[in-house]
Formats: sequence, C-alpha cells, structure tokens
Amino acid sequence: MKTETSAVNIDRSKGDFFYPEAHVRDAGAGLSERTVRYISDVKEDPDWVREFRLRGLKTFLEKPLPTHWASKDLEAIDFDKIRYYLSPGTEAKRSWDEVPDDIKRTFERLGIPEQERKFLAGVEAQFDSEAVYSNIKKAVGEQGVIFVGSTEGLKNYPEIFRKWFGKVIPIADNKFSALNSAVFSGGSFIYVPPGVKVKHPLQAYFRINAENFGQFERTLIIADEGSEVTYMEGCTAPKFNTPTLHSAVVELVALKGAKIQYITVQNWASNVFNLVTKRGLAQENAEVKWIDCNIGSRLTMKYPSVIMKGRKARGEVLSIALANDGQHQDTGAKMIHAADETTSNIISKSISIGKGRATYRGLVHVPKHLKHCKNNTECDALLINATSRTDTYPAITVRGTGNAVQHEASVSQVSAEQIFYMQQRGLSEAQAMSLSVNGFVNDLVRQFPMEYSVELKRLIELEMEGSVG
Amino acid sequence: MKELNIENLRIAVDGQEIVRGLTLRVPRGEVHALMGPNGSGKSTLAKVLAGHPDYHVTAGKVLMDGENLLELEPDERARRGLFMAFQYPSEIPGVTIANFLRAAMQSRLPEGEELEATDYYAKLYEKIELLGMDRSFTSRAVNEGFSGGEKKRTEILQLAMLEPKYAVLDETDSGLDIDALKTVAHGVNSLRGPDLGILLITHYQRLLNYIIPDHVHVMVAGRIVRSGRKELALELEERGYDWARDGAIEPAFR
Repeated sequence: MKTETSAVNIDRSKGDFFYPEAHVRDAGAGLSERTVRYISDVKEDPDWVREFRLRGLKTFLEKPLPTHWASKDLEAIDFDKIRYYLSPGTEAKRSWDEVPDDIKRTFERLGIPEQERKFLAGVEAQFDSEAVYSNIKKAVGEQGVIFVGSTEGLKNYPEIFRKWFGKVIPIADNKFSALNSAVFSGGSFIYVPPGVKVKHPLQAYFRINAENFGQFERTLIIADEGSEVTYMEGCTAPKFNTPTLHSAVVELVALKGAKIQYITVQNWASNVFNLVTKRGLAQENAEVKWIDCNIGSRLTMKYPSVIMKGRKARGEVLSIALANDGQHQDTGAKMIHAADETTSNIISKSISIGKGRATYRGLVHVPKHLKHCKNNTECDALLINATSRTDTYPAITVRGTGNAVQHEASVSQVSAEQIFYMQQRGLSEAQAMSLSVNGFVNDLVRQFPMEYSVELKRLIELEMEGSVG
Repeated sequence: MKELNIENLRIAVDGQEIVRGLTLRVPRGEVHALMGPNGSGKSTLAKVLAGHPDYHVTAGKVLMDGENLLELEPDERARRGLFMAFQYPSEIPGVTIANFLRAAMQSRLPEGEELEATDYYAKLYEKIELLGMDRSFTSRAVNEGFSGGEKKRTEILQLAMLEPKYAVLDETDSGLDIDALKTVAHGVNSLRGPDLGILLITHYQRLLNYIIPDHVHVMVAGRIVRSGRKELALELEERGYDWARDGAIEPAFR
C-alpha cells in the first residue's frame, strides 16, 4: 500500500498549516520550578494557584511513567525539549475583529467563526497556551451562564471555581494530571445556574501552532441543580517533525438533577501525544455523558470517567476510536458507582486500519453495600487489515446482590469477500471500506448531535480514502 | 458488438485449471442458461467475469461490447454495466439496503453530480413492489440475518435498480422454495428486454420452467459440451450430465 503518508495528509490537510510564531510570552524549553513560577507570574496567579502548581510539579517529577501497563512509546516524549507556555501576551477578545490577523485566519480556515454563527451558543478559541477569542451569545450570558477561560474563571469567580477545581481529578491522580496541574493554561470555565437549560452547544476549539510545544488546557464545567449544558471540543495541529504533547484535565460537576453532555472530536496530527484525564461527578439524579471520538494523534490515552455519587445518577460514555498506521488509540471508560440505583452505559467502537492499534480499557466498579445499580458495556472492534491490532482489557468489580452488569464484546473483520461484493456493485475499494466502517459505527453515530455526526462521517471517509492503495 | 463475448477462456485456481477453453457469446436482449454439474467451473466463470482477485486467467479473453473486460477493476466492470447476482451474497453490517444501493448508484454518476433523493426513493419503492417485498425491508442492513430467499430477492432488487447491460446470475435458484423461486423468476422476467443480456447459471432445470432461456449451454469439466435451444434443458434433465459429456463434440475431461 502506498499510503501511510497520503492517509495522513489527505485527512488532516484542513489543519496541516501554520503561521510564523509571534509569541511575546515564552517559558522556554524544559520544566522546572522556574518554568512554573514564570507561568504564575505571567498569569498573575493568586497564591493558592501558585502552590497548587508547585505541588503539581513535585508530584509529576515523583511519579514514574505508567509504562508497566501503558505503551512504551511514552518514553519518546522528551520533557526537556518541550516548551510549556507560549502566548501572544494579550487577553482573549470578545470579537473576531480584534483577534490578531494570523490567528484569525487560522480559525477562519478551520471554519470556527462560521460554525459559531450557525449553531453555537458560545465559542472559545485557544491558540497554543491561551484563549485568543471567547464569546457567548448575549441571550445565554443574560441567563447567568458563565463561559470564560480558566485563568479568567479562577480570578473572577473564585468562590465557585475554587470549590470544585482539582476536586474531581486530584493532582496526584496520575502523572499527566500532575503535569497539567503544574503548567495548566487555557481551557474553559463554565457555570450554568440552577434550572437553566442552554439550548445550543458551547464550543471550545484547541489549536496548536508551535513546534516542540505542549498544550495543557484545564476545563471545569459546573452545572447547577436542574440545569443542562452541552459542550463540544475540537482540535487540530500542523504535522511537525518533532512530537507535540497535549495533556488536558477536564472536570465536570453535575449537581442534583443536572445534565452535562461533553463531546470531543479529536483530530490531532499524527505526531501528537494526547494524554488526557477526563472525569465527571454526578450528584443525585444527575447525568454525565461523554461522547468521545478519537481519529487523530500518535498515541492517545484517555478514559473518560463518571463518578455517580448521588442516588439515581447516570453515567454514559459513547466512544469511537480510529487507529491508522502509526497510531495507537488507547481509550476506554471508567464508571464508579457510589450510590444506590445508579446506572451507567458504555458503548465503545474501535476501528484499526493498516498497522493501527486500538486498545479498550474499561473499569466498572460497584461496591458491595450498594443496591439496584446497573451497568451495560458493549465493546466492538473492527479490523480492516490482517496487520491491524485490537486489545480489550475490561476490569469489572461488582459486589453485592442487587446489582446487574452486562458486558458484550466483539471483534470483526472486513472480509475480502465483503469488499469484492461491494465493488461488484460499483463502489471503489476505498468507498467500500468507508461504507463498511460507517456501517460499523452507524448505530452509535446516530445518537450524536447532527453537526458532529456529519463531521465524523466525513473524517472517516477521508481516512479510508487515504488508507487504500 | 453488443454482446458479452467469452473466447477460449482458461482459468486456474491454485495452479489447477478449472475452466479449460470456454467460448460463449451472450448478445444483449437474450437469456442464456449455463448448466452443469457441481465442480464443472460455472461459478468460477462467474467470479472471473466479475473480477474476483483469487482467480487467475491463463488464456483467452472476455469482451463486453467490444471492450476488454479482464483489464478492468471489479468496480469499473460494474459501473460499465456488468452485474453479478451472487450465489452467497456478503453481509454488510450496519449498512441499509437503501443506503447501499444509493452509494452504488451514486458511484455511476460523474464527479460532482448528486443522486436526486426523491427520484431514487420513487424508483426503489417501485422495484420493491415488483419483487413483492415490503418497503421497510430497505432499511434493514444488507443481507444481515436474511433468509436464503431474502438474500436472493435482494440480489434481484439490486439488479433491477442498477440496470446493467449484462447480468450473470450465479445459482440464483439454490436454496429457494417454490414460492420464492417464482417471485425471483417474475422479477428477472420483468427485467428482460432488448437492453439486457443474461447469463443464467444453474445446476437444475427447475429454474428454467420459470425463466425460459433463449439458449442453453451445458458445461462439463471446464468447457461447453453442448449448446442448443431451451429444449436441451429438458433433454438434459431426462438423460443426465453423463449423456451430455459422452456426446460431446470434443472430448471433455473429468
């Protein structure tokens, strides 16, 4: 097959460009206390955040890489060569007109302002370390919804921010959550007041423009009692010759009866290490739903989680991973049941193409004292070529008598006969592959919001077009 | 030359010759039945015509309206007007019949041209009725969990939708009960006309009671040993394949 490179180039052409750097703030390469203090100084962090960062750094340095269970490829990250903070030194603008030209052009090429006009309630656009644009529709803002960057959030809304920040995902959760805690910058802070249902999605778009760079956004979403919000994130980066690191922490808090839906379409260039910690807390009768699609990156390690802490809380993870040549999608879900009558649902579909590798890791935990908890896990893998690889590591601990768990897993392969059959009807080999893959994910994609299912299908088609010689 | 012209075709599978110099002409507008016992090479011929990658043509040629078919990819052959109804059609999980056929028809349009959805569905429902099927059938995944009869009807539905110049029906009657056989035959008969040439591959004479062929060819051990009009099928039914082989114009090998 001719196509490793063309697969990547075709697919990510939309994001594969960059403008010369024009950063005023640059923490330099390598990570030390000085780096962390530099970031704190630039951001004028309050003392508690300075301390938080330093604790993060200490924990990060102490913890080993998790290579005893995870990919050895993590060793390819050279933490001394990465630049941990880069920004133009200006605050996020409320209007695209005020955004510097090159950056504005970047987001216009990615179609962000257009999407904002069409169907979004608010947009935040992050360029390297900082948000360059952040705006919420007037009507939504008037309902009391807060949608700002993390720096602005911790400064202007300390009473809400501090209460939850670092509580769902503690610094020491894992090596990369510790790293993020040390150098976090950008990401969103969202607060939805009680009873407010935000009709249209809020969107954040993360863009890496600089080489040898690490992006460490930090997002905290709090949905107060009975409120509802949908958040979508997208991301791209140009394909540089050296690896780029993206390590985010996302914490969701759904208070009593609230609903949060968090949608990701991850399409990083194929040399990005994407090591992200995402977890939601669901109080009584609340719902946290992760829709997580991983198409890009070199190595993704991400296991969105829900802690169901209140009675009748619900957690859901719907995920699709596509691993092409040179990619390892190590994804999954964690469902922690911590109250009676909580229910969780995991549906995971992965597609491995060429030498691509997809790994599913799932954790379902129901302790002995709980009653009437339910979990459903479905985990399906599709292999396109004989060289493709998939692994499943489910860890289910369910104790007690009144709880029900259901687990189904399947591995299937697109057969040569199936492709021949479709070709006999006039489809090219690539179209046939693409249709098979679409068929495989169809029932899941149907549950996604329209705009995202269309985008996702398009990405899958492009990926398949490039992968068949 | 509006015909499917197979000339002195030889096909090997894993180094073993299965089709040994087969010559056959199917002009548009005619139905030719190709009969033969198991292992005579009928299905191998069908697969080679469609372009299956596992079969190796060692000699001979196949022309479709004068164009060399063998140098085209399977999908190009299909788009230029060759259709094969499979003996064992593949399942395509998660892809509905409606979406699959839509993609197939879209692939026949020039780049940049979109299939008109309203026209498409009107045509689809018309053909669905022709085959005595329910509309809801088109929203089922292609061949997934289908009975033998449903699979064969789906093949004929695709034939009806794609309107090829030549259709090869490979053992379309196998595994069908009499009612399903009649429905399939009715579908094929309604598609007969001056623009379509049909090569009907079958083991049994039974199908030919319902689809009356213009010509019948008997294939034994990789080549055609007898050709005649429709009566040949009846004679064959009565006398068996040994008779056909023994009376061959040229010696045929077992």
